[in-house]
Amino acid sequence: MSNAVAHADAHGHAVHHPKLQHHFDTMQQQKEASTLGMWLFLLTEVLFFGGLFLAYMLYRMWYFDAFAEASRDLDIQLGGFNTVVLILSSLTMALGVRAAQTNERKNTVFWLILTIFLGCVFLGVKYVEYSHKFEVGHVPGPNFHSDSVWAAQQQIFFSLYFTMTGLHALHMIIGVVLMSVITWMAYKGKFDSSYYTPVEMAGLYWHFVDLVWIYLFPLLYLVERHN
Amino acid sequence: MGSFGIPLFPEQASTFAKDVDALYLFIVATSAFFALGVSIAAVVFGVIYRRRHAGEIGARIEGNLPLELLWSVIPTMIAMVMFGWGASSYYKMRTPPAETLNVYAVGKQWMWKFQHTEGQREINELHVPVGRAVKVTITSEDVIHSLFFPSFRTKMDAIPGRYTQLWFEASKVGTYHIFCTEYCGTNHSGMIGNVVVMEPAAYQAWLSGGTTEGTLAQRGERLFGELACGTCHLDTGKGRGPSLSNIVGKPVELADGTTVTADEGYLRESIINSQAKIVKGYQPLMPAFQGLVSEDNLVALVEYVKSLSPTATATPAGTAPAAAAPPATPANAPAVGEKK
Amino acid sequence: MLDTLKLPERHYLNNGHGFKSWLLTKDHKRIAIMYLISISVMFLLGGLFAAGVRVELLTPQGDLFLADTYNKFFTMHGVVMVFFFLIPSTPAVLGNFLIPPMIGAKDLAFPRINLLSLYIFWLGAAFFFYALFAGGVDTGWTFYTPFSSFSSNTNVIPTALGAFISGFSSILTGLNFLVTIHRMRAPGLTWFRLPLFVWAHYATSLIQVLGTPVVAITIIMVAVERMFGFGIFDPTRGGDPVLFQHLFWFYSHPAVYIMILPAMGVISEVISTFSRKTIFGYSFVAFSSLAIAVFGFIVWAHHLFVAGISTYSAMVFSFLSFSVAIPSAVKVFNWTATLYKGAISFETPMLYVYGFFGLFLIGGLTGLFLATLGVDIHVHDTYFVVAHFHYIMVGGAIMGYLGGLHFWWPKMTGRMYSEFLSRISAILVFVGFNLTFFPQFILGYMGMPRRYHAYPDEFQVLNVMSSAGAGVLGIGYLLPVIYFLWSLKKGEVAGPNPWGASGMEWQMPSPPPTENFTEQPIVHGEPYEYTPHVAREANLV
Repeated sequence: MSNAVAHADAHGHAVHHPKLQHHFDTMQQQKEASTLGMWLFLLTEVLFFGGLFLAYMLYRMWYFDAFAEASRDLDIQLGGFNTVVLILSSLTMALGVRAAQTNERKNTVFWLILTIFLGCVFLGVKYVEYSHKFEVGHVPGPNFHSDSVWAAQQQIFFSLYFTMTGLHALHMIIGVVLMSVITWMAYKGKFDSSYYTPVEMAGLYWHFVDLVWIYLFPLLYLVERHN
Repeated sequence: MGSFGIPLFPEQASTFAKDVDALYLFIVATSAFFALGVSIAAVVFGVIYRRRHAGEIGARIEGNLPLELLWSVIPTMIAMVMFGWGASSYYKMRTPPAETLNVYAVGKQWMWKFQHTEGQREINELHVPVGRAVKVTITSEDVIHSLFFPSFRTKMDAIPGRYTQLWFEASKVGTYHIFCTEYCGTNHSGMIGNVVVMEPAAYQAWLSGGTTEGTLAQRGERLFGELACGTCHLDTGKGRGPSLSNIVGKPVELADGTTVTADEGYLRESIINSQAKIVKGYQPLMPAFQGLVSEDNLVALVEYVKSLSPTATATPAGTAPAAAAPPATPANAPAVGEKK
Repeated sequence: MLDTLKLPERHYLNNGHGFKSWLLTKDHKRIAIMYLISISVMFLLGGLFAAGVRVELLTPQGDLFLADTYNKFFTMHGVVMVFFFLIPSTPAVLGNFLIPPMIGAKDLAFPRINLLSLYIFWLGAAFFFYALFAGGVDTGWTFYTPFSSFSSNTNVIPTALGAFISGFSSILTGLNFLVTIHRMRAPGLTWFRLPLFVWAHYATSLIQVLGTPVVAITIIMVAVERMFGFGIFDPTRGGDPVLFQHLFWFYSHPAVYIMILPAMGVISEVISTFSRKTIFGYSFVAFSSLAIAVFGFIVWAHHLFVAGISTYSAMVFSFLSFSVAIPSAVKVFNWTATLYKGAISFETPMLYVYGFFGLFLIGGLTGLFLATLGVDIHVHDTYFVVAHFHYIMVGGAIMGYLGGLHFWWPKMTGRMYSEFLSRISAILVFVGFNLTFFPQFILGYMGMPRRYHAYPDEFQVLNVMSSAGAGVLGIGYLLPVIYFLWSLKKGEVAGPNPWGASGMEWQMPSPPPTENFTEQPIVHGEPYEYTPHVAREANLV
């Protein structure tokens, strides 16, 4: 390879953006790299949740009646409310990114705080749901209790329910922490229209977590509800 | 068979063994051809084209499309031969003939329990006659084990919660190894035994050395009574549960509209996990006997129900809890309308 | 012939001293060195477990260790070697060090994530060490349910979590490489001018990113089952233990390609350099890497041929499993053709290439036996399989890794090692390896099952041969520790390009400065170009 005949120089020119990391040549390259990286990470998350979704689909196919009955035990109103809350939070998130993009620091902070608040509402509702499950003995394991003829397979439903929604809730908690950090940075004026990549990347993550719930809700809560 | 006193092959003691060994040797020969060919070429090139002075560089050769195609296509064709031969052998190894001598194997940590339909029970030893197809229905009481007969060249995993099957026809009298080939804990390497292949007369003699318990089906009948199965499973079919006469090997229509074949796996599942497949026209009333009936006793109950279907041989156990069972190949279709 | 070579004054190793400058570094080269040390420690640990296994197997009776102890040895050997040595090895050490300079970049796309992946590796290893000191684990590295979820009474959860955590290290490395290769190539460096080492790591990274999350969630499912008594794989509640096997092997089969593809990348670089000739069929080799990555994802159920899958499924997966063999064969033929009309010399890296040829050929070809249904029924879960995967993972992947270490050691450290000792080591490894593992093919066909603590008497002769070979192999592996360490102080100074190799990494000084290049390189020509001028300047030949 006839190479390393270095003619161009990447340094020695005057000013570069304070946020440009030294191994990148331009802000454009840096932003493209960040974006590609975040999408790849979200792809790994799809596969991560995917294993659980696969297990769920198989068991639902094999034990449909058991799953339908167990699903009816879930509170469809709370679940529906949570769905609306998350969709709203994606809206506020998108508005936050937009505000950062247009240099509106106060608005950015406002929308991000609202997003965090909605995320916390979601988590609070989940806490209520989980407590109820503990009380009625629907946590699988030695303390599981059910009068259904399908009690054994319902344990599988609830095992998957807790693992899937638990994993999702964990991602929500991480999202809330992440958003708090981003909000603090926005408050401190770290972002402007020339550099708001972290807000955008956090937004991608948040939308992803929302999307996972949009799949979880009908799969878990809405089994055979038309009856 | 061996060389320099080191054994190379187990005994060829089943009708599969010659074919498997031949296929094996074919792959050995092909592999040796390519391995030696490439290695020799690499060594020869290394010698002929060794660097002779400091500034020497190699010729500028970037590639050759015909050569690339040649060495992609030819290996592919050879691979297809291997695949075809292997798949055909496999199909034979996994498709038992219609008439088999049936044995049940239950693996548990750390022993193999065999049950003959005539009632004999063996632990870590299995007596079979030479020259007859034997079908082993296998399950586990705890973790996954695997039943391996090296001299027969066949094995199958023992999976808790379902039945699997293997079959063989022993072709040579003698005593051969049985191994467990799925790691199962502390005494995995102790879960071994012997399969004793006998002349038919000797096998009959061994059988009649017998057991005081009666045949497997008779044991099953006693259990059937003890567990009060007959309370609901009336012969007329008008009880709370469907009739169990004459159902084995035949299709069963389920409440959800699907159809399954009543084989050993279906029978076992219906006892253990009775809600999984409700027969059309009946309610989900049957209690689940999970944990209440041991695998040994399940085998007896299954044999009893099989005995209620004259001349039927259930086909390979379906994959419970999965959906469709494999297609049924009933031996001789029982006379229509015949009821017990 | 040349002026006395001197080490450069300022380079990445002396650019900052003290723990903080290393533990908080963003330099991909320092991270690579820390990975090198970490995985070498893990390799030693894994080797000790193997020694325990092989010593016990000298006699047919299980008389040296308790059965439980033996079961823990082979389990931990597998866990350490797979998750904490082989999966990182070439990518985390050589990939990390070399990919930026090979593409003319100053660092990877995400240097801090690179450091994070090292920390995560350490955290995963810490969980494993906790499990080890708490008494070990005995499920086999494959963690099959229901044994792992309900039956084993050893430290399954910490071990599983250790593997889980180390998986994220692997995912982040792969993610970093993918973005780097997509976005940070030097001007003029088009995809088909990339060194094949980079192509190999690109394909590997695809597998790391797509496959590892699946085993991660599978491990979580086993962990919650064990911790909380959930019932996902529990047959008494209607769960399917074979579902675990599908989920586990969906990753673990592609994982073996994570282990072999980077080693194949090394082979391409070394064989080209020591033949002074471009790789024959460059684009075929590049596409074969991608093909192996893709096909590797659709063959997993060949691990389940006797696990009760349907005859139909088995035939489909057998057919597909042959498909993944073809690109590997194509690569081997192309490498052999590269030797034709080359100008070949046999320094240690090239000895490792030849060793790789011999061992990978056998390992790859024995895969055909396993893809062939009729034979697999007989040899599944016997020593035949053990021999097969050791030929590929040790004979293939480790030979590639060691060859790469010997090839790029002068670049990474600025020093040459003893050529005499390194050749001895390479030969000992090759001979010891064959002596250890070839008898195991025979043992397997004879019917000796894997994971057996005790065995029937007739298997003893071959087992003794195998254990003897392991001793030789062990010595072969220990020698490099000695002469590599010795070279750091006493080795001859290497200069920028002791082998006369092509590739942008050889344009940097040895050792390189932290920023790799002071001026942005621009690529004009094709890879693997050799000129007599540069060849003469190579100060070794």
